[in-house]
Amino acid sequence: MNNSESSKSSSPWLLAVFWLYVLIPLSWGVWSTLKKALALFG
Amino acid sequence: MSGFFSKQHSVAQPGYSRWLVPPAALSVHLCIGQAYAFSVFNDPLTRVIGVASSAPDDWKLTTLGWIFSLAIVFLGLSAAFGGKWLEKVGPRLTMFVAACCFGGGFLISALGVHLHEIWLIYLGYGVIGGIGLGLGYVSPVSTLIKWFPDRRGMATGMAIMGFGGGAMIGAPLSVLLMDHFKSAESVGVVQTFLVMGGLYFCSMLIGALTIRIPPPNWQPAGWTPPLVQNKMITDKHVHIDQALKTPQFYLLWLVLCLNVTAGIGVLGQASVMIQEMFKGSVTPASAAGFVGLLSLFNMGGRFFWSSASDYLGRKNTYFIFFAVGAGLYSTIPTMGMTGNMALFVLLYALIMSMYGGGFSTIPAYLADIFGTRFVGGIHGRLLTAWSTAGVLGPVLVNYIREYQISQGVAKADAYNVTMYIMAGLLVVGFIANLSIRPVHEKHHMKHGDFDELDGIYPADDADH
Repeated sequence: MNNSESSKSSSPWLLAVFWLYVLIPLSWGVWSTLKKALALFG
Repeated sequence: MSGFFSKQHSVAQPGYSRWLVPPAALSVHLCIGQAYAFSVFNDPLTRVIGVASSAPDDWKLTTLGWIFSLAIVFLGLSAAFGGKWLEKVGPRLTMFVAACCFGGGFLISALGVHLHEIWLIYLGYGVIGGIGLGLGYVSPVSTLIKWFPDRRGMATGMAIMGFGGGAMIGAPLSVLLMDHFKSAESVGVVQTFLVMGGLYFCSMLIGALTIRIPPPNWQPAGWTPPLVQNKMITDKHVHIDQALKTPQFYLLWLVLCLNVTAGIGVLGQASVMIQEMFKGSVTPASAAGFVGLLSLFNMGGRFFWSSASDYLGRKNTYFIFFAVGAGLYSTIPTMGMTGNMALFVLLYALIMSMYGGGFSTIPAYLADIFGTRFVGGIHGRLLTAWSTAGVLGPVLVNYIREYQISQGVAKADAYNVTMYIMAGLLVVGFIANLSIRPVHEKHHMKHGDFDELDGIYPADDADH
């Protein structure tokens, strides 16, 4: 079996969704850390 | 099943975008980076029986401390020993095994908490989870380097930045889940472990299913290898076992070890240091905020410095880490004495960015020196420098501090000598980096060596 059956180009939508899939949780983590860091300047 | 996960079946078909590889790597690194946030479980785990407060039969913090230590030891061991296997079977199977180990480690640990058997947590998170950490850490690195020959540093920086970011997700996620599951009878750790194990397994599996290795002779569209070759970037390849016979491997080991030792040493004492140096103006809450800020710079530095190394060169980037770093470490005591907290925070943040940059730039440095063919395996073996530094840094800092205080030095001043010694370590690192030269050609693989492996001699690719 070949998992990469398609020889078509990767869809830009797939690319966007996959990047969002990793960037959304990362942004949430950065935001949570930033909120904590604000205590230093508060 | 094994066919599906085999190296041959994960070769990209025409049209596959290389920009799918960094998020595939990130989906693994963002999970395993959770290891640095494991300490959020320490307090609840000391109250598993007593719930509201620790009961006599509850675990002690010293008992729980071994979980993280075991995980880091097995990270180093599995990266060192699993790297060669990774090069043989490819990143997909390695990522899948890493997902099973890391996710499974959480599930075994949940059983350990439920039965209140510490050895099950040692086995689950410490040993099996630690193996998942090591395999997951090294698995996408060589693939990224092969997909981004034009931006090796940026590509590995993206993945290794994820390891820094993983703790930022893991800590609030764990707190959120424990708050949701806790009750009058439970601290909520069992359910949290089960959910996190499932989530992390799925996320890492998505990474394993998405990652592809480039086909033979693949190059980015419109890119040709530079005509004027940089002497510090080879187009030849050195076998994993042969790399261990070169002085370059040990110099790079020293470079990583010293950079990480100095960084870990000061990171561990950052919270206490700022509170003691600026007594009265820094509360424990704002000190925790300071540590959070440092972790942001640590993560950002991983991407920034490794990307910059594509332009500056790997050797020059480490020269900056060691020369500027030594200067910054030496300046910090003065900042404390003058009471300039803003500058103190800025200098500390810069130090942390270079600490993170040291981790993320090393795979590209290895690829430059030893070639891209076995860089994953060589990187795995070099990570023993990280394990060593993980022990050396805190021990060195704590020992020096205790000695200073026992000699009657004021607590706020006890850090000064530590910072000067750390600066000294960076000077040694500078010399080690200075000594790195291209690998002698006798160590390069020949056509025959590759024929024995898989019949492909990758250097032919570079001739196109």
